[in-house]
Amino acid sequence: MSDQPVPRRPATPMAQQILDRGSLLDDAKRLPSGVKAAGAVFALGFLAVNVAIAYIVIDGRLDGHWYDFRDLGNAIAQLRTELDDTGTGPWLSYWVTGLIGGVAILSFLGGFLLIGSWIERRLLARFQIRMGPNRVGPFGLLQPLADALKLMQKEVLIPIGADRLLFFLPPILVFIPAMLAWGPVPWAPNMAYLDINVGLLYVISITSLSVLAIWMAGWSSNNHYALLGAMRTVAMMVSYEIPISLSLLVVVLLTGSLNLNEIVAWQGSHNVWMAFLLPFSMFTFFFSSTAEINRTPNDIAEAESEIVAGFHTEYSGMKAGLFLAVELGNALLVGALFATFFLGGYTMFGLEEWVPPYLILAVKATTGYFFFIWLRGTLPRFRIDQLMTFAWKYLIPLSIANVLIVAVEATIAARWEAEGIVIYGSFALVNLALTVYAVRAWARVIGYSAELEHPEGPRTADRIGGLKAARQIRTGA
Amino acid sequence: MTVTLAHYLVVSGLIFGIGVAIALSKRNVVAVLMGVELMLNASNLAFLAFSRFSGAFQEGTEPLAGHTFVVFVLTVAAAEAAVALAMAVLIYRHRETVDLDRISVLRW
Amino acid sequence: MDSTGIVIAFYVLSAITVASALSVFVMRNLVHAIVFLVMAFIGMAGLFVTLSADFIAVAQILIYAGAISVLLVFAVMLTPLASRNNGNSLYVGPGALLGAAIAAIVVFTAVDVQWNELTGAALEARAFPDTIATIGDLLLGRHVLAFEVASVLLLFALLGAIVLVTDRGAAETSEDAEDPAAAGVTTEEAR
Repeated sequence: MSDQPVPRRPATPMAQQILDRGSLLDDAKRLPSGVKAAGAVFALGFLAVNVAIAYIVIDGRLDGHWYDFRDLGNAIAQLRTELDDTGTGPWLSYWVTGLIGGVAILSFLGGFLLIGSWIERRLLARFQIRMGPNRVGPFGLLQPLADALKLMQKEVLIPIGADRLLFFLPPILVFIPAMLAWGPVPWAPNMAYLDINVGLLYVISITSLSVLAIWMAGWSSNNHYALLGAMRTVAMMVSYEIPISLSLLVVVLLTGSLNLNEIVAWQGSHNVWMAFLLPFSMFTFFFSSTAEINRTPNDIAEAESEIVAGFHTEYSGMKAGLFLAVELGNALLVGALFATFFLGGYTMFGLEEWVPPYLILAVKATTGYFFFIWLRGTLPRFRIDQLMTFAWKYLIPLSIANVLIVAVEATIAARWEAEGIVIYGSFALVNLALTVYAVRAWARVIGYSAELEHPEGPRTADRIGGLKAARQIRTGA
Repeated sequence: MTVTLAHYLVVSGLIFGIGVAIALSKRNVVAVLMGVELMLNASNLAFLAFSRFSGAFQEGTEPLAGHTFVVFVLTVAAAEAAVALAMAVLIYRHRETVDLDRISVLRW
Repeated sequence: MDSTGIVIAFYVLSAITVASALSVFVMRNLVHAIVFLVMAFIGMAGLFVTLSADFIAVAQILIYAGAISVLLVFAVMLTPLASRNNGNSLYVGPGALLGAAIAAIVVFTAVDVQWNELTGAALEARAFPDTIATIGDLLLGRHVLAFEVASVLLLFALLGAIVLVTDRGAAETSEDAEDPAAAGVTTEEAR
């Protein structure tokens, strides 16, 4: 690889605008001094409040009280006992606390949907050296609101020959599983809306329901593109449910519970993330999830360049908006589930004593969401046969082998009396080595070999594009 | 007002009857299969109702044998659906129809 | 089982289930029938929950509403000349009569027999707090032979489905006839 500098590109007006624009830091420096002072006061106050909170928490005065803001579930439990004491029967506390939880989940998701599409478009624009939406409101923050208003004003079209009942239902039906699947996600030790024993199975089964809604949307539209997109989605989702289930089965083998709260608690008490112990399951879950929720690199269901918009080609107005919103919400949901199963959920090696655990989970979930956007900005799209082959010939056999290996390890862990770090450290090393070996060996067995068309090696991203190249152009280096 | 074993058995019997009617009187192979699935579901409901209500066993874990049966029924239902639908596709390929009234010869 | 919530849930869910099952019989369009069948499956899962069978309820949604209905969808989409018709055969009269007779017998038996059933506190005491561990013990303990037979059955169903739908002429050229779903996609696109 030679290191010749990138030749300076001819600047279009747009590119020139981007080049002339400074970084965010320059924007901050240009703020009026009053705003700067207010920001400094706010930051200092925030810090002081946090230190005070941390002191009280460490002092032990907050433990188990309903106003312990580290775990809002305690407050709900307190409310429940108080309502039960009023003597109106258990239905009152049941309904009140259930409604509070439901409203909390809905408002969290609604808030995210408002900001999420802005984040996605801005980040994608950054990946592609564009500006992204920046006209409506400060930094374009009000763009999602404007989009929603526009969508609501649009006419709702029903194509000729469409099946009216089945055409009307899917936007609603696809929304329900996306909401329900948030139920068992634990935000703090006592803060899960549905703390059920079958939490993991519940998540898998509820998310598999959206297949039917998507198929109904595609079938009832009376449109070839929609039908093609729907059949692709159904085939893909049914195939990728198996690797997802197998990779989560491995997690259950180690933790010995289907309860999401206990899975997180296991990772917290052993001070280890599943991502270290089970690298192959982590990869399988992440990749298969991108297929389940139709994100790049597996978004063949709505591949714009092949089939117009996939199963929701014929939908207009707020119905299309609902499909898009579900797509966003599902990305965050998968981020949260990924964090719960593989990144320790609300625990962070003891940090959860200091910071409210739900904030930790929120950060981890948005990190997962950021990875999805990153993938979308980076990777090309698979073909349908490549996807199917990858699921059936590659992921599923390797996942079954992975289940066998981890079953042996779980048996060993139950009988081997040693320090946790010895047991799980050795497991992590063994699993990592086996993963690297098995992935390459199995690829060779099923006849895949990397095409070496560019023997001089791939060109790194910073030489053909990306922010680093932009900076190089900007500075003329 | 209370729900007893008889309530669940009545629902189970109704759904089983509907399943029988569908399986016997539909022309399409897929529809017949849907009737069979409804019948299996009704039997599952009866199993679970007996395991919840029956006073014949008083031990702690004994009643859950009913759940185990349901697991096997689910397995069999999945296997049966996969094979039957594969056969439906195969019949369509050979005969260009899945109309049971027209599939009247045993070999072709 | 006499708290108001469970009684209401039972009646609502059984109404949904029975009405959806009847709709499957009545609907002229096979696709609509599948949608109502899924509704019946989900209502049935709700009934399982009222019987405190949480694991079975979730498995029901996963297997019936999530997998078998998709198989049905594929079978319908792969047989275009069947014209999505849910018509009745010549035997609709006897069939419906037999179904009604069986339902009548079961309902009569259920109402007439004096069942040896738990009531009141004894019933509440048997509320199955954690079914999964016990079901696992039973499956791999007392019923392990049946468990193994079931897994062999599943394996043979898998093989049988693959062998049945594999087009022998095209088997050499198309490589992704791994399962009915994948094979279905290739035939759909080839058409």
